[in-house]
Amino acid sequence: MSGGAKLQVVVDQVVPVNDLITRFRFVSRDGSPLPAFSGGAHTVVEMDDHGVRRLNPYSLMSDPEDRSGYEISVRRDDQGRGGSLFMHRHVKPGMEMTLSYPVNLFPLDSRAKKHLMISGGIGITPFLAQIAQLTHFGGRFELHYAARNRALGAYMDRLTSAHPDRVHCYFDEEKQAIDLNRILSNQPIGTHLYVCGPKGMINWVLATAEAMGWPRLALHHEEFLAPGTGLPFAVHLAASGKTITVGTTQSLLEAMEAAGVDAPYLCRGGACGQCETNVQKCDGTILHRDHWLSPEEHAEGRKIMPCVSRFEGKTLVIDR
Amino acid sequence: MLTPVTPTIRSRPVYAPLEPKPGRLHLMVADGEGADALIDLLGKVNDRSQMLALAHVMYTPGPNGTDRSDALKALGVAQFFRAPTIPALLPRLIKVLADAYMGTQFYLAGTEGLIGQTEREIMATGFPVGAIQKEHRGSTVRRVQCVHCKGITESVATDPFKCSHCGLNLFVRDHYSRRIAAFQGVNIDAEDPGLVPEPVVKFT
Repeated sequence: MSGGAKLQVVVDQVVPVNDLITRFRFVSRDGSPLPAFSGGAHTVVEMDDHGVRRLNPYSLMSDPEDRSGYEISVRRDDQGRGGSLFMHRHVKPGMEMTLSYPVNLFPLDSRAKKHLMISGGIGITPFLAQIAQLTHFGGRFELHYAARNRALGAYMDRLTSAHPDRVHCYFDEEKQAIDLNRILSNQPIGTHLYVCGPKGMINWVLATAEAMGWPRLALHHEEFLAPGTGLPFAVHLAASGKTITVGTTQSLLEAMEAAGVDAPYLCRGGACGQCETNVQKCDGTILHRDHWLSPEEHAEGRKIMPCVSRFEGKTLVIDR
Repeated sequence: MLTPVTPTIRSRPVYAPLEPKPGRLHLMVADGEGADALIDLLGKVNDRSQMLALAHVMYTPGPNGTDRSDALKALGVAQFFRAPTIPALLPRLIKVLADAYMGTQFYLAGTEGLIGQTEREIMATGFPVGAIQKEHRGSTVRRVQCVHCKGITESVATDPFKCSHCGLNLFVRDHYSRRIAAFQGVNIDAEDPGLVPEPVVKFT
């Protein structure tokens, strides 16, 4: 089955953190320890939303050494496709759910002398697990964490009380901004930078660091893309011999799964590369939305990432 | 000119001409003919005076005796340091690295011995090895570790050669260790002691 082996879990706790964010704790149904993971890993949560199958990736935020349970924090997106709303409205303690094994696309580079972390909003979650990991191993870190206001700064109290000299908080509504140039000028050689947050923040941090001479190999970021909506389109699946229609709020991957095609996937957010599929015929425009394929591959149009990308035009035939 | 290297196995390092990149400090380390690579690098940059003002050059003569110290000194870089040998250069590099910040660019040029040993110190800080620029110039003599006694012989010119530590006859492989900054030398007459091919000058 695609997506790797699955973990059968039960919801142990549902804890509202603030107006937008709720934390969920999962434990295994048979009480056995869950697989170990490393800071920055995510799990794909399978949801049965009244007949609609939703699979959303969420960063694991709990201590990687705590194998008694996994914790995630979900920010409610009222304009989204519905996964976060399902988590907030329908997931209750005692409910049985299915998770993917943890996959880490945002690991710490343990060769680094120091880890510089920059986080915006819900982007804090992978850093919580990474900081727990660094605390066990004695690694050096510095966190800059921006939120809209004090009420929405999830886990800031926990972080600042545990690491008062390493955690710096900023609030947009108090006109506080991360002084990125100053921070990036003061990092010892061998520092690696990690950024997780809104797309605009990620682009700003990466572009500023590169302009200041930071090598790309020392810059790490994670952004899960929601598949995004668009016009419905038809696709012919050559290997399966099926023609399917992808709905407005559906991804191509979800449409294939709904048609009974077992397509490969891992992150479902355009990051990991697992679902890469060859395009056999394309009379139209592929709307590439992943950050896996290179700009050249996007321009060639011979590959598509079905988890996030869409199509507009007459004919699309893919090798699946 | 960049010394050509024929790619053989994956671990055998390959090199490329140095290219200027934005940075707060340009740390340039060279030996022998590597000085010419630094001079060529400075010839490519748009704002030469700015790069010179942010440049720290560390230099040592090559294993063939080539010493271009005067040409490098004449460039007018912010800091110039000449060491008599590579082992005498490394402590200075280690001290500079301890005080360096991200945004520093590294340019290494010259023999593989110089490049490998300086790269190893930079790598030890956690700086990504793939972001260190390296241009091989001049002598191709090799720094080789005997896989049997672990002793390192510098400036190996022939293949095979006699280990300067344990005396075994060693075949020089392209197998390279970034951690040790040396090629691997393996005993060539283990099965038939004394049956050693005639040494050929392969590295000059």
